[in-house]
Amino acid sequence: MPEPEMAVEKIEREQGIRLLKMMVLIRRFEDKSAELYSATKIRGFLHLYNGEEAVAVGVMESLRPEDNVVATYREHGQALARGVDAGSIMAEMYGKQEGCCRGRGGSMHLFDYDTRFYGGNAIVGGGLPLAVGLALADRMQGRQRVTCCFFGDGGAAEGAFHESMNLAALWKLPVFFVCENNLYAMGTRINFAHAVTDLARKACSYDIASASVDGMDVLAVESAAKEAAGFVRAGEGPYFLECRTYRFRAHSMFDAELYRTKEEVEQWKRRDPIEGLAVRMRAQGLLGDSDIEQIEREVADIVDRSVAFAEAGTWEPVEELTRFVYSDRKSV
Amino acid sequence: MNSGDTVKITYREAMREAIREAMHRDSRVFLMGEDVGHYGGCFAVSKGLLEEFGPERIRDTPLSENGFVGAGIGAAMGGMRPIVEVMTVNFSLLALDQILNNAATLLHMSGGLFNVPLVIRMATGAGKQLAAQHAHSLEGWYAHIPGIKVLTPATLEDARGMLWTALEDPDPVIIFENNTLYNMEGELPAAAGPVDIEHARITRPGSDVTVITYSASLFKALNAAETLAKDGIEAEVIDLRTLRPLDDGTYLSSITKTHRAVIVDEGWRTGSISAEISARIMENVFYELDAPVERICSAEVPIPYAKHMEQAAIPQAESIVKTIKRMVSVNG
Repeated sequence: MPEPEMAVEKIEREQGIRLLKMMVLIRRFEDKSAELYSATKIRGFLHLYNGEEAVAVGVMESLRPEDNVVATYREHGQALARGVDAGSIMAEMYGKQEGCCRGRGGSMHLFDYDTRFYGGNAIVGGGLPLAVGLALADRMQGRQRVTCCFFGDGGAAEGAFHESMNLAALWKLPVFFVCENNLYAMGTRINFAHAVTDLARKACSYDIASASVDGMDVLAVESAAKEAAGFVRAGEGPYFLECRTYRFRAHSMFDAELYRTKEEVEQWKRRDPIEGLAVRMRAQGLLGDSDIEQIEREVADIVDRSVAFAEAGTWEPVEELTRFVYSDRKSV
Repeated sequence: MNSGDTVKITYREAMREAIREAMHRDSRVFLMGEDVGHYGGCFAVSKGLLEEFGPERIRDTPLSENGFVGAGIGAAMGGMRPIVEVMTVNFSLLALDQILNNAATLLHMSGGLFNVPLVIRMATGAGKQLAAQHAHSLEGWYAHIPGIKVLTPATLEDARGMLWTALEDPDPVIIFENNTLYNMEGELPAAAGPVDIEHARITRPGSDVTVITYSASLFKALNAAETLAKDGIEAEVIDLRTLRPLDDGTYLSSITKTHRAVIVDEGWRTGSISAEISARIMENVFYELDAPVERICSAEVPIPYAKHMEQAAIPQAESIVKTIKRMVSVNG
């Protein structure tokens, strides 16, 4: 496993603290979710983002409020980093009607209108065609938005991936494809699933600009994402960014992790994106113990309040079961 | 109505006029699909539209059904009003993931946040010797899915009028065009426009038996009714027009008058829309029936190529006549 040198560029303190805090929030939120799963407050499938925080946090730095985000079923991190309210996410996982989707979607299907967060898509690769369409709509209506689409190495094996890459390139659409390569499609390692494991090379067949970045380094992701989003926003067409990352926890809550060794996991944990940023900030004198304490305190408060909000939430009346099969309003 | 108020038109031309009208009425409308532009449409429905509206709005796609149907869904969520043409119902199976897992599901799964105002058109049906990968009737399958609406225009009026109504709907609508109808020619009021998509229509009133059908089978039922009339049997023929949601009221109240029901359905019998209608008849007007409900469906075989075999596989006027005569004689 390569261990790239962390870049030693000058970090802006305020920016560094912000990135660090968001990554810590995602980590603590996920740990709390696992705990609540064990306590049977959260049910269904639960896929946690521990270890991959730098990808969502770094990429979101490149987006503007008017941009669109399409994510996968492992999307708590993206939702939090995008600014979806932690309480509404937690309430969604509780199945409460105060959840962002009234408890209709659960962990795998977070949607949010205000932040233009289009799921929460649990058919692997299924979000990519939606992203192409959102970008097409923007282009046809003369809007300068970027549609940022997250998917994994597993998704890159789907036909929908290839169809979407081709369409986006063919029509030169403003799609920012973010491939979170965490090396495993559920439990199948990338070399058992892809003939070409250097995923960024797949973009070449569609003449899509691409890059690979160390997905454990939030500053590197941020920098690469800003370049990518800038390219897309300038109307140069789609961009494919492969973020090489790793998930620290099991695929879901039903995973004995028979397919990888503890040593491999431990080795990757030594490249923890949170630690990685904290160490560099400390080295530049930008972060002290009191800062970390403050971040942890503020994050704990957000997580605690999200749980309290979910606990206090209410169940949607069963009478509303068939609501939203079709729109309430007659026509558009 | 004198001849000055009507125009001679084919089903194909009526469809084209409907698309043209929609394109003029709403700049958000565009047509996308395989060969819709330069080729003029596989069934020549969109012939000439590329020249009139240009390649942005008459958009040729690669052979990527899942990709471009998904892109249609994304574009619909992004504020456009796409008409996506899928060449045939068999090809739509390549897009079934997007149709079922996204188009039909997103509104409910997102707790009402994101509706999908998408129209999908596709050719369906046997009769052109296109064999087993181009000629099935899967309308009933699609009618199984909550979240979409399923339209089956049989008449020129509906070919001309259903599209705009579908485009005004906030939710996904699929329009099935039986490919044996494209050359059907007749008179249509010059001022023909949008029609309702909520009600079945009594195409031919009668008092002895209710024949419930849709799409191209309508004309076989009408032929059968003419034959039966010579023997003094008056069949009431109902064109369902919309398979989801079904207009139960029209056929149920007809049966309370005729006390007999026959369903003619080009889909396979097992688990078909005819089975659903039959069940609803039992549930609602069982005690009105003078005879068991009969169904005339396609034989449970893949549609064969050879003409005599193909015709033997699908409902015919002769079998409708035979069935009704038997019903009337036994229970008259």
